[in-house]
Amino acid sequence: MPALDPQKIRADFPVLQREVRPGVPLVYLDSAATSQKPDAVLSALDSYYRLHNANVHRGIHTLAEEATALYEGARRKVAAFINAASAREVIFTRNASEAINLVAHSWGRARLKVGDRLLLTEMEHHSNLVPWQMLSAERGLEIDIIPITADGLLDLAEADKLLALAPRLLAFTHMSNVLGTINPVAELCRRAHAAGAVVLVDGAQSVPHFAVDVQALGADFYVFSSHKMCGPTGIGVLWGREALLDAMPPFLGGGDMISSVQLREFTPAALPHKFEAGTPAIAEAAGLGAAVDYLQAVGIDSIHAYEAELTEYVLERLSEVPGLTLYGPPAAGRGGVAAFTLKGVHAHDVAQVLDGSGVAVRAGMHCTMPLHARLGVSATARASFYLYNTAAEIDVLVAGLERVNNMFA
Amino acid sequence: MESIYREQILDHYKYPRHKGQLDPADRSFAADNPLCGDRIRIDMRLEDERVIEANFSGDGCAISQAAASMLMELVQGKTLAEVRQISREDVLEMLGIELSAARLKCALLSLKVLKVGAYGLQEWVED
Repeated sequence: MPALDPQKIRADFPVLQREVRPGVPLVYLDSAATSQKPDAVLSALDSYYRLHNANVHRGIHTLAEEATALYEGARRKVAAFINAASAREVIFTRNASEAINLVAHSWGRARLKVGDRLLLTEMEHHSNLVPWQMLSAERGLEIDIIPITADGLLDLAEADKLLALAPRLLAFTHMSNVLGTINPVAELCRRAHAAGAVVLVDGAQSVPHFAVDVQALGADFYVFSSHKMCGPTGIGVLWGREALLDAMPPFLGGGDMISSVQLREFTPAALPHKFEAGTPAIAEAAGLGAAVDYLQAVGIDSIHAYEAELTEYVLERLSEVPGLTLYGPPAAGRGGVAAFTLKGVHAHDVAQVLDGSGVAVRAGMHCTMPLHARLGVSATARASFYLYNTAAEIDVLVAGLERVNNMFA
Repeated sequence: MESIYREQILDHYKYPRHKGQLDPADRSFAADNPLCGDRIRIDMRLEDERVIEANFSGDGCAISQAAASMLMELVQGKTLAEVRQISREDVLEMLGIELSAARLKCALLSLKVLKVGAYGLQEWVED
């Protein structure tokens, strides 16, 4: 596995060359919200519109064939990237949230009835809570919640107790966008299946950062977003087992998702098109395909190893900052996310002062209100890391935090 | 950008004026800014439609807390009619800093709470 050269990587990302203000270079530590994009992705978007723009499927002309090849080619690249058994199992959505909504609407409405139980966790992003809450309100379902431990891990003993209530679905995140916790997906899938539950995993924070093999993990549905993995916004992925997807009714209706239409009825298309109504995000798919190529060229294992090293350094440096409380497990069990509070300083003020040093961090609840309630804080500041970040940037972050402390002392 | 943490703002943040709940109070109202977790409550004692005492309480960023502290100084002794005249421009002028759209919400949260109270609307939040 080749070691990653961050300077070489940085040269691939045009935005990393810019200054936030004259003389203040950008230190981008907000990749858990969205990643920056390499030249290869920007070129794919640009050349799609300059050279190949046409609607996909059933076009006979050259451009339509090229656009279709780009769109379906991206699907095959994504399928290979996550080791899906077939490209038919890869559905393009708008983002990870829409992918979860698709499952809630289609699978949930077809299969769940009053009194059925759903099992979620305390560390979920709102996108893996609200669709289930909406479905629950509509169908009269019961929602159970797996709590977290003081270390920010899922409480597996509690999980077992709740699985004993025979939930129909377990939905949880592969990696927390606040705590950085990497959950034991394969183990949870095994226990959930033994209890008879279908499993949906939110991979928005994992697919960009380490190798994900959906078959080895054993989930039934797995969702993620392009824009957190160096790809464009506006496209995400739902992977599902073919047999499950096949048995599900369509989600949105319209063009492209049908095999035939009469005036009063229709026959849906086969997978994956059954779930892709209307003209899809073609340029974005081409961009996502380029992002997958880019991550594979760098090497997803190299990226993971580099980030693990960086995470260890981050946790060590942050532990030196007076008044800083860090949330989440120790470096060994976590990804490149560090959410923290500084004593006596609101997270917004931390972020604002850091912005003065060119450091971009996020402040607030990061779409995890229930998790913040559990942690007993109204807001945290979050620094998150990706393949283009460096130890020197972490030093800038820590120096910035020292300035915050001095200002508010 | 750091000019927004000018000395006076940090001073109001570190040493807030008129902070702490009033009990009893003639009017109490609260609101929060759920995205940032900022929360402000204002209690007022009135005599003949005049504010004889007003205090704020709550947590938030330096901007929201300083704005609340300055606003409390401003309203002491004012009639409710005068309180109703206080505008967002007045608050921004007191703060004396340029704010981005996101931080404007922090700056104006306490004014929003005050206006609800001054117009006699009740917006009780249990806690």
